[in-house]
Amino acid sequence: MYPDSEVSEVITENFIPVRFDVRKDAQPMERFGANWTPTILILDSDGNERHRIEGFLPKDDFLAQIKLGLAHAAFVAKRFDESERRFREIVEKHPNSESAPEAQYWAGVSKYKGTGNGAALGETAQAFQQRYQDSQWAKKASVWAA
Amino acid sequence: MAIEWQTDADEALAEAKRSGKPLLLDFTAAPM
Repeated sequence: MYPDSEVSEVITENFIPVRFDVRKDAQPMERFGANWTPTILILDSDGNERHRIEGFLPKDDFLAQIKLGLAHAAFVAKRFDESERRFREIVEKHPNSESAPEAQYWAGVSKYKGTGNGAALGETAQAFQQRYQDSQWAKKASVWAA
Repeated sequence: MAIEWQTDADEALAEAKRSGKPLLLDFTAAPM
């Protein structure tokens, strides 16, 4: 996974990367509550966990997942313009990943939180009528449909 | 572009705090 140039570029540009070889030292697993390998945790700059990936993923899903973590970290920090942009990028660049419906949902929430305009939620519900109709995120957004 | 992995969690957490960057922690049992 990591020799892939796109993956390493995304990680290098956006994260402080830390790798633990748990065969040599299992203590970090206990410290951060990791119970399986591979596990990827994304922590915000205050050290709070914002996203967790357990088990192997193919490249496209992996990239979408780490970008989801990045977007969620921005959302929790109330940087809603940034989180909306990052969530929308997942939908655009990784539309077939399992992260895309979740990203579409949170892009709408980010827009609403950033602007205070409730129409953003209705637009999101409409977007789910176009794609990802069968996802749990479409069900969650359905309450916003006019 | 090779990833420059850190191995010290406390140092990385301090750097994250300073820089405002999030952390990606990889727990692996695969040969490194």
